[in-house]
Amino acid sequence: MHEMTQTQVIRNPHRQADSQLRRRWAKLRRNKAALFGSVLILIYLIIALLAPILFPGNPSAPNLMKSLERPSMEHPLGTDELGRSILGRIIYGSRVSLLIAIGVVMVGLLVGLPLGLISGYYGGKVDFGIQRVTDTLLAFPGFLLALALVAVLGVGLKNTIISVGISMVPIYIRLVRGCTLSVREQTYVEAARAMGTRDMTILIRHILPNVMAPITIQTSLGMGTAILFAAGLGFLGIGVQPPTPEWGAMLGSGRAYLFNAPHVATFPGIAIFFAVLGFNLSGDGLRDILDPRFKL
Amino acid sequence: MFQYVLKRLLSTLPVLLGISLLLFFMLRMLPGDPAQVLAGQMASPDDIKIIRHQLGLDRPIFIQYGFFLSRLARFDLGRSARTQNPVIKEIWARLPNTMLLAVAAISLACLFGIPAGIISAVRPYTWIDYLFNSMALFGISMPVFWLGLMLVVIFSIMLQWLPAGGTGSWKHIVLPSFTLAAFVVAFITRITRASMIETLSQDYTTTARSKGLKERVVIVKHALKNALIPIITVVGLQFGLLLGGAVLTETVFAWPGLGRLIVDSILARDYPVIQGTILIFGLLYILVNLVVDLLYAYIDPRIRYA
Amino acid sequence: MRQDSLLSIHHLRTRFHTYEGVLTAVDGIDLEVYRGETLGVVGESGCGKSVTALSILRLLASPPAEIRGKVLFDGENLLQMSLDEIRQIRGNSISMIFQEPMTSLNPVLTVGEQISEAIKLHQGVTREEAWSKAVEMLRIVQVPSPDIRAREYPHKMSGGMRQRAMIAMALSCHPRLLLADEPTTALDVTIQAQIVELMERLKEEIRTSIVLITHNLGLIAEMAKRVAVMYMGKVVEEAPVEDLFLEPLHPYTHGLLGSIPWIGRKMKSGRKQLQEIPGMVPSLLEIPDACRFHPRCSRAMEICRKEEPPLVQKNGRRVLCWLWK
Repeated sequence: MHEMTQTQVIRNPHRQADSQLRRRWAKLRRNKAALFGSVLILIYLIIALLAPILFPGNPSAPNLMKSLERPSMEHPLGTDELGRSILGRIIYGSRVSLLIAIGVVMVGLLVGLPLGLISGYYGGKVDFGIQRVTDTLLAFPGFLLALALVAVLGVGLKNTIISVGISMVPIYIRLVRGCTLSVREQTYVEAARAMGTRDMTILIRHILPNVMAPITIQTSLGMGTAILFAAGLGFLGIGVQPPTPEWGAMLGSGRAYLFNAPHVATFPGIAIFFAVLGFNLSGDGLRDILDPRFKL
Repeated sequence: MFQYVLKRLLSTLPVLLGISLLLFFMLRMLPGDPAQVLAGQMASPDDIKIIRHQLGLDRPIFIQYGFFLSRLARFDLGRSARTQNPVIKEIWARLPNTMLLAVAAISLACLFGIPAGIISAVRPYTWIDYLFNSMALFGISMPVFWLGLMLVVIFSIMLQWLPAGGTGSWKHIVLPSFTLAAFVVAFITRITRASMIETLSQDYTTTARSKGLKERVVIVKHALKNALIPIITVVGLQFGLLLGGAVLTETVFAWPGLGRLIVDSILARDYPVIQGTILIFGLLYILVNLVVDLLYAYIDPRIRYA
Repeated sequence: MRQDSLLSIHHLRTRFHTYEGVLTAVDGIDLEVYRGETLGVVGESGCGKSVTALSILRLLASPPAEIRGKVLFDGENLLQMSLDEIRQIRGNSISMIFQEPMTSLNPVLTVGEQISEAIKLHQGVTREEAWSKAVEMLRIVQVPSPDIRAREYPHKMSGGMRQRAMIAMALSCHPRLLLADEPTTALDVTIQAQIVELMERLKEEIRTSIVLITHNLGLIAEMAKRVAVMYMGKVVEEAPVEDLFLEPLHPYTHGLLGSIPWIGRKMKSGRKQLQEIPGMVPSLLEIPDACRFHPRCSRAMEICRKEEPPLVQKNGRRVLCWLWK
C-alpha cells in the first residue's frame, strides 16, 4: 500500500534536482571563499604575533623630519603626519584590532550566553524581563548602541571593547534563546529532566552543545563587525586613543591630509577591509558547514 | 486591519518605556552629580541649582523618573551645555538633514540592490551573479568612512567634480548618499536574491508561466510581489544600520545632521544633547519598523485580513 | 498518426543535468492524445508523469533540464517553437491544472486577477471585459457569489474552492488540451467527487481533450478512456481503460491494480489480501539494466535481466514486456 496512501507526491522532480545542483555548487564555491577567508585571518594573526620582528622599533615614535612622506623603499607605505611608518603602524595595529575582536566577542559571549540560556530554558517571568531589555537595546541598532555606551563610559581601548561588546549582547541573547527553546522540547532533554538531572547539568551537557554551531558562526561574523565598529569609533576620535596604533584612528587623523598625502588614510582602510572580509568569508563558510538547514 | 495597527502600536510601548529607563539611568551611571553633569563644566552654581530642582534630585528615585517621563512627554529635553539652546531645537535643526541623507541612501540602495538581486536570482551561478555577490561581500566588509574618504580623493580632489563636504546644492548630497548606500546595498542585494530564488521556485510561478505570461510579468508581478515581504523587513532593519552609518558618513562629509551632533556632543561631554539625540534615534528606528509592519499588511493580504 | 490526433508525442526524453550525474526522468516515450478524449497517465511518484506534462509546455528550467524528441500539437512541434510562440499556446490552446491548490495560486493577487490576466492576454480584451469573463468562469465552476469571490485572495478560500478557481483559470480560454496533474489528490474525498464531476461536465461543454495524470486508479477508471502506465520514465503499458482493468498485461500494472483496496471486488474465499509490489522504486541515477522493472518483478525471466524488453502491439494495446513476445 505504499503508493495509494501517499498524498504528498513529488510533483516536480526537476525542482529537487535543480536545487540540489545549486546547493552543491554554492557549497563548493563558498568553501573556496571560506578557505580564502581563513587564510586572511591566519596572515593577520602571524603579522600580529611577529610584529616586533617584521617591524623593529617603536611604531609610535615620531620623526617630524620625515612627516607625510610618500611611499618609498624606506617606508613602503609612506609616513604619517608625525613621520611614523604607516606600514609599521598597520602591523602593530593588527595586534590592537585582533585584541578588540577577541575582547568584544568575549564580552558578548560572557553576558549573552548565560542570559540567553536562562531566558530560553526557564521561560516565564525571567524570560519576559530579559526579552524586554533585549528589545530595548535592539531599538538602538549596533553602532549607535556602542556610541551611546562610549558616551557613558568614556574613550580608550578598554571602554571600546566593553561598549562594542555590550552592543552585541542582544544579538547573542536572541540567538542562544532561540536555539535553547528548540532544544528544550526535545525528548532527550525531557527524559533527562524526568530522571531528575539537575538543570545546570542539562544546560551544560544537552543544551550548550546544540547552541555551539550558531554561536561559532555568529562569533566569526561578530569579530568582523567588532573590528568595523571599533575602527568607526577610532575614526570619530572616541575610540582607541593615539598614540596607540589603531587602524580607524589612523584613518581619522589621515583625513586632514587627504589633499596632499592621501596615502595616510588609504592604507589603514585596506587593512580594515581585508580583516573584516576574512571574518565575513569564514563566517559564511562556517554557516555552510555547521548549519544543518544548509546541509544536503 | 484597524486591530492590527492598534496591536502593533501598543507593542511599541514597552520598548518606549525601556528607552526612557535606559536614558534615565544612563545619566545616573555617570560619575558625579547628575545636575553638574547635565549643566556642564562652565555652569554657575545657580544653574546647577535650577537643574537640580528640575530633575527632582532631592526626591525619591521613582519620583525623579516620573519627572523625567513628564518632561519627555512634553519633548522638554533640557538645554545644551555647550550652546545653552534647548536640546529639542538643536535636534530639530539637524533632523531634516539626516532624514534627507538616509532617504536618499536607502532609495539609492534599493534602486541598485533590488534589480541586482533579481538579476542574480534569475541567472544564478552565472558570471553576473558572481559579480553581484562579490560586490555585496565587498560592501559588507568595507568601512564606510574609508569608502567616503576614497570617494572624496577621487571625485573631489582628483577629478574635482563634486564638493568634498558641506551642504547647499544637490551636488553636495551625491557623495554622502552613495557612501551610505554602498553600506546597505549589499544586504538588500543578498536578501532580494535569496527571496527571489525562493519565490521563483514556488508552484504559483509555474502556474503563472503555464498561463503564457511573459517572463518579465512572471518575475515582476508574480514573484517579486511575494518576495517583497522579506526585502522590506531587511530594508527596515538596515535603516538602523543606516543611522549608525550616518554618524560616520556625516563626519566624513561635514554633513550637519544628527550623527555629527551626537559625536560633537560626546567629544564635548554635552550630556543633555547626547541624551536627546539617542532618544530621537531610538524613536526613528521604532517608527521605521512600524511603517515596515504596516507595509507588510499592505502587500500581504494574509496579514491584512488576519 | 491517426486523423483525429491532437497531441502526439514521439520519443520524448527529458533529462536533468545534476551534480550527481544525468538524471533521465522521461526516457523516450510515445503517446497520442485524440480529440475530445481523456488519456490517463498512471504511475508511482517519480515515474516521470509530471515531468512529461511540464515537458509538453516546456515549463522546466533549462538548464538543468534537456528535452529531446517531438511533441506535435495540431501537427506543430512545440519543442521547436520560439518562446513567443509557445507562450501563445500556454494557457490558451493548452492549459494546466496542478496538484496543490494551496500553493498553485499566488497569495498576493486576487483570484479574479489571476484568472483575468490569462483572458486579457490571450483574447485581447480590456481589463473590465476580462474581469467579467473571469467572474463568469467562476460561476461556471460553481463558486458561490462569484463576483465577491473574484475580489478575494486565495487564502480566504477552502482547498476545493481554490481548485475550482484553478479549473476556471485553466479553462478560461477554452483550451483544446488540458493537462491535469493530480487535480484531486490534495482534496478531501467528497470534494474530489465534486471536482471530478465538474471536470467531466466542462469537458463535454468545452470539448477539450484531457491528459489526466494521477496515481489514483479510481480516478482513471472514472474519467479516462485510455490509460498509459509509466514506470521509471517509460510507458510500460497502454490500453483502453476497461481492458487494462480486466486484464493487465504488464506485471507492473498487475502490481498496481493489486495494491488498491477494491470495494465490491469478490474476495476469493475471503482471504485474498492486498498485494504490494515488492521493493522500492530505484533511484533514477541507478536505473537497472535491461528491463527496469525486473528487480521487483515476480515473473522475471533470464532474458529480462539481459535485454531491453520489446514493444508488443496486441488488439490496440501496447506493452513493453518479454512475457508477451
